[in-house]
Amino acid sequence: MDENGQPRRDEATFTVKAGLAEMLKGGVIMDVVTPEQAKVAEDAGAAAVMALERVPADIRRDGGVARMSDPEMIQGIQEAVTIPVMAKARIGHFVEAQVLEALEVDYIDESEVLTPADEANHIDKWAFSVPFVCGATNLGEALRRIGEGAAMIRSKGEAGTGDIVEAVRHLRMIRSEIRRLATLDDAELATAAKQLQSPLHLVRQIAAEGRLPVVLFCAGGIATPADAALVMQLGAEGVFVGSGIFKSEDPERRARAIVEATTHYQDPARVAAASTGLGQPMVSLETSKLEAEQLLAPRGW
Amino acid sequence: MTKLVGVLALQGDFEAHAKMLRALGARAREVRVPDDLRDLDALIIPGGESTVMSLGIEREGLAEPLRELVRAGTPVLGTCAGMIMLDRDHLGLLDVIARRNAFGRQVRSFEADIDVKGVSGGPMHAVFIRAPWVAEHGPEVEILGSVEAHPVAIRQGHMLAVSFHPELSGDSRLHELLLAIDGSGE
Repeated sequence: MDENGQPRRDEATFTVKAGLAEMLKGGVIMDVVTPEQAKVAEDAGAAAVMALERVPADIRRDGGVARMSDPEMIQGIQEAVTIPVMAKARIGHFVEAQVLEALEVDYIDESEVLTPADEANHIDKWAFSVPFVCGATNLGEALRRIGEGAAMIRSKGEAGTGDIVEAVRHLRMIRSEIRRLATLDDAELATAAKQLQSPLHLVRQIAAEGRLPVVLFCAGGIATPADAALVMQLGAEGVFVGSGIFKSEDPERRARAIVEATTHYQDPARVAAASTGLGQPMVSLETSKLEAEQLLAPRGW
Repeated sequence: MTKLVGVLALQGDFEAHAKMLRALGARAREVRVPDDLRDLDALIIPGGESTVMSLGIEREGLAEPLRELVRAGTPVLGTCAGMIMLDRDHLGLLDVIARRNAFGRQVRSFEADIDVKGVSGGPMHAVFIRAPWVAEHGPEVEILGSVEAHPVAIRQGHMLAVSFHPELSGDSRLHELLLAIDGSGE
């Protein structure tokens, strides 16, 4: 209790940061570039929106340096919707993150989709009140991000392709590495922490609990309701959809369908119904045909 | 007799509630369609995004079956978005209006120890995430706990609602209270 007899409030604790991700579980977080798109996403059942200046498919097409969005656009999106608004900062660009915190976005995505600002260091996420979500391709990467203060993890996948193969690889990798840790004894866990280049206390915690200490979503390449249900069955706790919605023929309908398939991911009849009559998906790229310098997932480490 | 508790599982942290119920020896069933409501002894509407839950309830045709279940006397607990779903503007079961995101955006989310009437053994450790509060309430609504004079825990007969997330702080006393409510419809 404080001097006014009111309970003491502790803000920005890790419980509160990771807690918002708990509330987003089973939901779809949609990339939007305008307040109008944000409204369409909210009305279709998005659990949150991700504000960015260009969706990954356009970043891929146009090239150039991809940065944090214009604050005016982010504020316009915050005024347009009541669901949480996330926004992306470049890897290591802690001032973009400070700006996003000043704007009171609900979550910051330190994202490989934008052009990295620091080749050696990620943002010290413990220094912020606003929570962070970060991408990972494997368990070691996920644990390094959590060690730096990330309160939510997503697979990286290969953004802007509409090809689910990389997200599947990353999810399977993270889950199988978690299962392997559960079979190791204490001495082996210390070695595993070295191999994973991860904090030992997190490795021990995961071995004991059999799951990440934060919520795990899937991102990167989801284009259809069946893609969303696939990654949910593989253990994702929710999905991010980037280019897959607003680069498709009928964004509103596809958005609703992906929300429905994410809720009913264990029911093939419902996924079938949701997949019916959606029009064309986004124009897609086969990841294995991309040149190494076109890949986004190797950014960050 | 082991109680069977439905947890609305359209979106949100329904698994945390199910885990807590099982730890208390109850059975938990995820509810996504009206058929999942049969034979329930109690119901929980979890935290999550209230807009997503509203759309899901509409899409699945769950509004009327949920109302019938609760009006028949089945005890219900709503947490955060669950409180919103029960209010006058949504399912219309609780005689309250919940103000969404009343404490502010995520940077204003907080933890605090709150005294809750009817919950013995000291204050509850409460986690508030973009939480609502009760902005208006009718005479049948009993205020169980408040933060800065805003009601955050209420009871109306067999219906309980809180703005915070007991399922995230490991405090199962509200779930015990739910399981102890007589659901005979008296």
